Amino acid sequence: MKQMINIALPKGRLGDKVYDIFEKIGFECPSIKEANRKLIFENEKKGVRYFWVKPSDVARYVERGAADIGVAGKDIILEYEPDIYELIDLGIGKCRLAVAAPKGFHDDPQQTLKVATKFSNISQKYFSSLGREIDIIHLNGSIEIAPILGLSDVILDIVETGTTLKENNLEVIETVAPVSARLIANKASFKFKNTQIENIIEGMNSFLEAEAKTKPEAKK
Amino acid sequence: MKISISDLKYNEKVVYGLRSLYKKYGYTQYKMSKFEEYDLYVRNKDFLMSDSIITFTDTNGKLMALKPDITLSIIKKSKDIPGFVQKFYYNENVYRVSKGTNTFKEIMQMGLECIGDLDDYCLSEVLILAAKSLKSISKNAILDVSHLGILSAFFDAAEIDEETRTQLTEYISEKNLSAICKTCAQKGIGKEKTDMLKKLVTLYGPAGEVMPKLRRIADGFKDKTPFEQLEKIINAAGDEYKDMIRIDFSVVSDMKYYNGIIFKGFIKGIPTSVVSGGQYDHMMQRMGRKSGAIGFAVYLDMLERLKVSQFKYDEDIVLIYDKNTDIKTLKKAVEELSQDGRSVTAQRQLPAKLTYRQLAKIQDGEVKILETND
Repeated sequence: MKQMINIALPKGRLGDKVYDIFEKIGFECPSIKEANRKLIFENEKKGVRYFWVKPSDVARYVERGAADIGVAGKDIILEYEPDIYELIDLGIGKCRLAVAAPKGFHDDPQQTLKVATKFSNISQKYFSSLGREIDIIHLNGSIEIAPILGLSDVILDIVETGTTLKENNLEVIETVAPVSARLIANKASFKFKNTQIENIIEGMNSFLEAEAKTKPEAKK
Repeated sequence: MKISISDLKYNEKVVYGLRSLYKKYGYTQYKMSKFEEYDLYVRNKDFLMSDSIITFTDTNGKLMALKPDITLSIIKKSKDIPGFVQKFYYNENVYRVSKGTNTFKEIMQMGLECIGDLDDYCLSEVLILAAKSLKSISKNAILDVSHLGILSAFFDAAEIDEETRTQLTEYISEKNLSAICKTCAQKGIGKEKTDMLKKLVTLYGPAGEVMPKLRRIADGFKDKTPFEQLEKIINAAGDEYKDMIRIDFSVVSDMKYYNGIIFKGFIKGIPTSVVSGGQYDHMMQRMGRKSGAIGFAVYLDMLERLKVSQFKYDEDIVLIYDKNTDIKTLKKAVEELSQDGRSVTAQRQLPAKLTYRQLAKIQDGEVKILETND
């Protein structure tokens, strides 16, 4: 029997885009497009098994070997610091991790800075690299509301277009890191399923090269 | 008392197997106490896998630690004698913070150290023992080998500063080409050198396949010694390991401590490495030794993840008796049934959720089999 490659895809718009790439490079699995509530899809002939998981869990699935490879945002990789291979920057799902504050915010270095975020680890590292003392308020969503209600001074979050910030009278004061989707692999799987994973890498790289040629503005 | 190999737990079997393997090559067991002075670890914190250490004050006021590592203690007791090599293996518990739960865990660790006037034979012997250790655990194993001398020669040739070296080393361990390219561009490292680094990082496979490509890369280096040493040591392992030993430059270690050959071993079914080791002459120098050293550890706790179907049944036989059963008859029945090494539990009632191969009952002084599951 053919050795199957387990691929963890992030649920949502990014996951759909990523699957389309896999399909284009010859690892299609038509059943994935059927409208149902199934979470696992297989194409035995191609040796691939896809499953949808919460975007923030992809790195965990891959690190623990439940998935051999997966696609995760750089934000998740920076936050969880999984022991994995980060093989390709897919150049999609582009956004940035940034610190935002209410317009006109003045940082008083005498005071502990209150930071609302779901990226506690990134916040800790970023502000400690600046030597700034902070208090982290870990939230799981609607981060933008925290400074408005006085829960925090600033937020550290994903910023895509900046519209949500604008609507809430916030502005970016510092960019922490650029974010895009990455193809990641479990270190042991990379060895034991090397040929299949190398085939996927090769396919992805040629696809990205061709894309970059047709759309020069999409270049990394 | 006769002990059958089948009575041993999976981990115990592995430990016995490894012990006899290391003894065969002249390694003697190194025993140490549970505690060591905290000072030893605090001076070499980066060498340890986790920087949290359990400490306590001894009766004489000295700050002690529950050992998080064995290698440092072995180095401490080693001596520099020209032409002489000390060979130790150990099988000890260490105390570390587990990444998943973020709490301290007692972990059984096995490993060996070869310390002294090292030559290429010593290096290849340790590499072969790492390969044999993996093979004794599973036939489906891979040992990835790298040589830090190659990476550091590259860094020296490209005149890369300390901070960038650390950063690049991290990206190399992730096989993160996009970050490598970006960093090289930021630091003004030329295209030719960047391409060379990319080639090194993407090189992966059995030595037979990879070596010709590596030789071509070596042409770009002034000093080819590390390339030649890597090839020599891997070749010494012989054909038996030609598929198992692979070259992978993403295997890296802290160059403050390590130099030369380094390796990581993997077993199919376990998501992380189970063997990790290398040459750590720099660590020896930091501890005031002139000798070299190489060693590795086998993370026995990782083997739990292998799905070894050993515990299908809690007991081989459940023997049911009642209050009227004669004690002597019951004792005789238990002894007879357990004679060939099977486990027998005598119970008045069948315990809930207990799994068993056979269910038997004493009826009129005789053993009657009521149910057989196997």
